[in-house]
Amino acid sequence: MANEKFDAIVVGAGPAGSAAAYTMAKAGLSVVLLERGEFPGAKNLFGGVLYRKQLEDVLPDQWHKAPVERHIVEQRIWLMGKDSAVTFSHRNEAYKEPYNCWTALRVKFDQWFASQAEAAGALPIYETVATELITEGDRVVGVRTDREDGDLYADVVVIADGVNSLLGKQLGIHKEWQPDEVSLAVKEIIALPKEKIQDRFNLEGDEGVTIEFMGETSLGMAGMGFLYTNKDTLSLGIGVMVNHLKKKKIKPYELLDHVKKHPMIRRLVEGGETKEYSGHLIPEGGWNSVPPLSGNGWCITGDAAQLVNFVHREGSNLAMTSGRMAGEAVIEAKKRGDFSRETLRLYDQKVAESFIRKDLVKYKGMHQILKEEDPELLFTRLPQAVNRAAYEMFLVDGVPKGEKQKKAIQYLKQAAGGTWNLLKVGMKGWRAMNG
Amino acid sequence: MSSSIAEKLFTIRYKVDDQSHLIIKDQQVCLTCETKECTHFCPADVYDWTGEITTVAFENCIECGTCRIGCPYYNIHWVYPKGGYGITYKYG
Repeated sequence: MANEKFDAIVVGAGPAGSAAAYTMAKAGLSVVLLERGEFPGAKNLFGGVLYRKQLEDVLPDQWHKAPVERHIVEQRIWLMGKDSAVTFSHRNEAYKEPYNCWTALRVKFDQWFASQAEAAGALPIYETVATELITEGDRVVGVRTDREDGDLYADVVVIADGVNSLLGKQLGIHKEWQPDEVSLAVKEIIALPKEKIQDRFNLEGDEGVTIEFMGETSLGMAGMGFLYTNKDTLSLGIGVMVNHLKKKKIKPYELLDHVKKHPMIRRLVEGGETKEYSGHLIPEGGWNSVPPLSGNGWCITGDAAQLVNFVHREGSNLAMTSGRMAGEAVIEAKKRGDFSRETLRLYDQKVAESFIRKDLVKYKGMHQILKEEDPELLFTRLPQAVNRAAYEMFLVDGVPKGEKQKKAIQYLKQAAGGTWNLLKVGMKGWRAMNG
Repeated sequence: MSSSIAEKLFTIRYKVDDQSHLIIKDQQVCLTCETKECTHFCPADVYDWTGEITTVAFENCIECGTCRIGCPYYNIHWVYPKGGYGITYKYG
């Protein structure tokens, strides 16, 4: 494959890469789709929620053929105490028509998504690592691979190589991620008979439920767990910030086993058989960690560019949208015959005008608050106080409600270290969630 | 239904290269490292401290990259396994 030149090389056949490859191939560009795994998706992992809208934007005609597990009709949020939970949830038939989101498994989905790009004309080169970018001056002109004679040349390289993005690092557009900019998530796929899933989660047909939980389950580290229903498996996982994990010296898989023992979780996964264990980093730096998205002969997309909205567990949708937009910018560059920063900046503009920038900017303070605030306060003491307050309010033991209310408020103040601190945390939280 | 890490890793399909993609740059650094964090935060127990050196069970690596960022001295040379090698998830 030496000295062949293409319009574009896409590195990484995840949602961002396949969306970019599809978009460009469909417009008639010559595109290579590189993937280091045995097949697309072989190395990939997510919690498990896939959103329709952004998939439909890439594949208006085929999105409904995507291999998915269950369509989500109910989303639950659990604030965990040690043996308790204060819960919040929303279920709505309206999520069915049109679908809002599904649970999915990346091995199936990514293969299918990449096959759409292949069908549109992208040239798949799998089982191949892009070891470095080939540059001429400040221009990216191709990639070096770990194959013999494995140099590939193109007018543009779309970098979609995921959270570790060794190619992005090589470009020097962002410093190495710091341990407080990423979370490590570990997950298990737990097989359970379909009927059990239907019964335990109150589901009919291919309806599904998602549960996000935070609190004592993360053992004093900033993090969030999840339990999602698939067809005949459950996805159970927990992610915690790497800087907290380093400090706490807790083994990630022991954390996951700890989660399994919580009474709210235990009864839902009981009797299941673990089919797969997995782990992955999640970019959680937010807007302030997003690098420039394009330059001379390159665009960077998805996780590689920190495009994750961790507050709403959205990532694959931002990846697909950013991949599509990068693809559109390259198509325009091809039309103009100019692949310099000036034209490819169109991609940055598209992202800036989309929900991606708006959502990430809205939550840009979240990373700082998680970094600065005591994780024990946010993830142990406050959730515990809320659980104790709820316990008091619902317990009928002859104590008048007025006194219970006072006690409940007292718990919260104590947890935060006084009224003033409680207000301060509240204000900080509000500001962090509102840009 | 908790299982040991060995049992958990047994659920993943590996195609192991005979060359490690994870290399300790300088064992002297490990010797002076007080916290030995890599022996805790790795989700696949790749790293172990023998009392003299850090051993690297790269065969177990799930390619997450935590050690690349997590080692306080950036003492781990981290690259991807060769194309097609390493883990292959069945579900993902």
